[in-house]
Amino acid sequence: MQAVLKEGVARAANGDAPDTSASGIGEGEIAVPHTIPIQYAPKTDPLLSPVGWTVLAIFALITLVIVPGLFVFVPEESPFHVSAYTVTLLGKIMCYCIVAVAMNLIWGYAGILSLGHGVFFALGGYAFGMYLMRQIGRDGQYQSDLPDFMVFLDWKEYPWQWAFTDHFLWAVLLVILVPGVLAFVFGFFAFRSRIKGVYFSIITQAMTFAFMLLFFRNETGFGGNNGFTDFKRILGFPITEPPMRATLFALSAAALIGSALLSRYLIRSKTGRILTAIRDSESRLMFSGYNPLGYKLFVWTLSAVICGIAGALYVPQVGIINPSEMSPANSIEIAVWVAVGGRGTIVGPILGASAVNGAKSFFTQSFPEYWLFFLGSLFILVTLFMPKGIVGVAAQVRKALRKERMSEQSG
Amino acid sequence: MMLRRFVWMVGLAVLLGFTVVLPARALDAAAVQGLASDELATRIEAIDAIAAAGDEAALEILELLYNGEVYVTEEGQVILEFDEIVDAVTREPLDPEPDYYDSVIVNNLMRGNLETAMASLSLLSEDRDTRFASAQALESVEDSKLLPVLSQALDEESDAEIRAMLAQTKSVIELASDDPEVRLAAAIAMADSDQRRVRELLAAKLEKTSDGEFIEPEEEVRLAAEESMKSIDRRLMLIDYFGRFFSGLSLGSILLLVALGLAITYGLLGVINLAHGEMLMIGAYATYVTQTIFKNHFPEAFNFYVIAAIPVAFCVAAAVGVLLERTVIRWLYGRPLETLLATWGISLFLIQTVRQIFGAQNVEVANPSWMSGGVEFMSVVMPYNRIFIIIFSFFVLALVWLMLSRTRLGLFIRGVTQNRTMASCVGVPTGRVDLLAFGLGSGIAGLAGVALSQIGNVGPDLGQAYIIDSFMVVVLGGVGQLAGTVYAALGLGVFSKFIEPHIGAVLTKILVLVVIIAVIQKRPQGLFALKGRAVEA
Repeated sequence: MQAVLKEGVARAANGDAPDTSASGIGEGEIAVPHTIPIQYAPKTDPLLSPVGWTVLAIFALITLVIVPGLFVFVPEESPFHVSAYTVTLLGKIMCYCIVAVAMNLIWGYAGILSLGHGVFFALGGYAFGMYLMRQIGRDGQYQSDLPDFMVFLDWKEYPWQWAFTDHFLWAVLLVILVPGVLAFVFGFFAFRSRIKGVYFSIITQAMTFAFMLLFFRNETGFGGNNGFTDFKRILGFPITEPPMRATLFALSAAALIGSALLSRYLIRSKTGRILTAIRDSESRLMFSGYNPLGYKLFVWTLSAVICGIAGALYVPQVGIINPSEMSPANSIEIAVWVAVGGRGTIVGPILGASAVNGAKSFFTQSFPEYWLFFLGSLFILVTLFMPKGIVGVAAQVRKALRKERMSEQSG
Repeated sequence: MMLRRFVWMVGLAVLLGFTVVLPARALDAAAVQGLASDELATRIEAIDAIAAAGDEAALEILELLYNGEVYVTEEGQVILEFDEIVDAVTREPLDPEPDYYDSVIVNNLMRGNLETAMASLSLLSEDRDTRFASAQALESVEDSKLLPVLSQALDEESDAEIRAMLAQTKSVIELASDDPEVRLAAAIAMADSDQRRVRELLAAKLEKTSDGEFIEPEEEVRLAAEESMKSIDRRLMLIDYFGRFFSGLSLGSILLLVALGLAITYGLLGVINLAHGEMLMIGAYATYVTQTIFKNHFPEAFNFYVIAAIPVAFCVAAAVGVLLERTVIRWLYGRPLETLLATWGISLFLIQTVRQIFGAQNVEVANPSWMSGGVEFMSVVMPYNRIFIIIFSFFVLALVWLMLSRTRLGLFIRGVTQNRTMASCVGVPTGRVDLLAFGLGSGIAGLAGVALSQIGNVGPDLGQAYIIDSFMVVVLGGVGQLAGTVYAALGLGVFSKFIEPHIGAVLTKILVLVVIIAVIQKRPQGLFALKGRAVEA
């Protein structure tokens, strides 16, 4: 077994595609005569079904046109006006939805449970936050070129990590690069030594914890436990004015649509099939001659980058980023959004993130002391009784009904 | 009164075989009168003059002065206030009593002088603890006025520890002497010190002034100072390493206690229990409740509440564990990621429950009196509670090891760990073994909770701080047996404490994580992994 395994890995490492013609065993059927064209992969589904496109169009219309329009152009007295609170809350939830989509990519399809996505989210937020801090200029409390917390800590100049962050494009690049590079390096070492399953989850949780401790320190130059706040403008436009809020809201919606379509596209592709194979039986995939390292690393890094973008959109909307965003609890919560909605589906994570966060803002306002009870029960009940999440409930009910009917007929 | 004092003095002198000759004379009236002066310098001189007398009366009046109980009348007479108002020197009652008097002003400068003077006076006390305390107080005083009293005390002192302290103080003062011979002797004598301050003094001798001249003109003295410095450095390093080793051992034993339960539930059963931290918390709260019961009902036995808390915490945590296994975890065997999420949910649930019952604030768990304080060894203070935890963790380790290797349940657990199907085939009730093993793991976590309650805050979030560390220990140590956990816990503890002084606590945590990931690169199943068929199971 060991020998076969090693050979398979070695072949894949050499860049050889699995040799289908020689062995006669390919990805498709067994031993096909050469005269008949070999079908390597089943026919791919369309990107979205007609219903799917319709839902997408309606969602896009509402989030890109109607809500921003009602918010900016309809006067406040009008019953059709959407309040700034609602826009911020919905924008925030959409950012969480993006994170859930990213989490679903890695957990739902590749079966790798990451407890470190909170870090990527927060890193994206911090990267963009640095730009936002620079944009405050001399309007801070101390009227200094430096952010208030640096004045407070008696720093004289920007530390190296802040270099060029006053350029918008560099900040955007950082939003992608920082989580991406971290995920790549971390993932490379973790996947290379075949850390998988729960081991991987625990290692990522430890990483999360280490990062949180690091960002709580003042000397790292990221504002310590206060983090960044008091943002004033983006690209010179005031950040609290309705047009800017509406833009951020629409950008979040666009990013959500984009990431959902991207994950759908990815899953339909050959890469996506291999990812699902990794989830279902990694050993068998390796025996078939594939090296999962590249695929895992790719989807892991992509997922981290999407998280970083979500974080960058989140920070200007809520107006603060601090190290508590990196607490291990937050990262686990992301997993429960996906689990509640339904793993391995496109809509599931979005539904889950919206439902849980909607419930969260309801509970924390009305019954703050029961929120943890609710969240805890959610974790337990969903894993015990709804393994496929909200999306799977319909199928579960249908199955149960059919069983009942069958037993009625037979009895 | 004077007669009584005199008789007492004579008695004392006879008692000590005339080795101590305290000059039993009255206070110098002129010196005491100086205290009434408005000039600070005169008052300080007065203190020194009184101290120079070196007798009991001097110490008494200095102590009174220190407490602000020496007064001056409007006429400038120095008085004391006992049952009646008396003159400070003669102790004759004043007649008539003055209408108005004020305490002698003691500012910080005078207070410093007073402390030195009082310490030097009590150096000659017969009480060892008093002498020890004053020797300690004088350690950081560099005042050549002290030399005579130090020499006298050194002649009379019989206790080796105090002698060493006094000798060091004397050398430190003598190092500033004008006589090169004295300086040389002092520099050589200072080699026995274990104080960083003394080392700095010696180092200062080796420096040059701005015009290139050595501060210490004599080369011989410089050489001696350098030698002594090296000797101090060696000793300091040894002390430093010993201190780090002890705190590392202490941290390691805590990690061991915390991870032992996990080594059973995760390592042996393969159940990821993120609520393990909350089992610690439950154990700590069980200790708190036991303590409260003892405080209210058996206050005379309060010192032994910790002993009673050990079985209580074990049982409570084990019961909670068994309940969880039956209701939740049993249904999730073989689905580790789901188990992870569900147990996280359980941990949130438990935290909030404890918050509802005991409140969100930390509760206070007091150390029993036999656990407070510590023992000093090689200049490192080792607190009793830390020593208790080190012993306790090895005690628990021994129990667990005995249980796993010597009992029928232990045999079953090992059997199920190695090959569940086979164990089931030969009649091991695997379901019950799982239940009992999970209960055992939780119970051990409860024991760890007892230990944690003795060294830190007890609050609802207690477990969260340890859960990641304990998983790190198990992951590093390797799954499937206890030895790995022991090595990993102690190794991580000592390693962290040796690194910490150089790069700080947070970077140490990050470095430890990096080290663990690096180790896993080479040994994916942990440092001490099982070999053979069990590996991929």
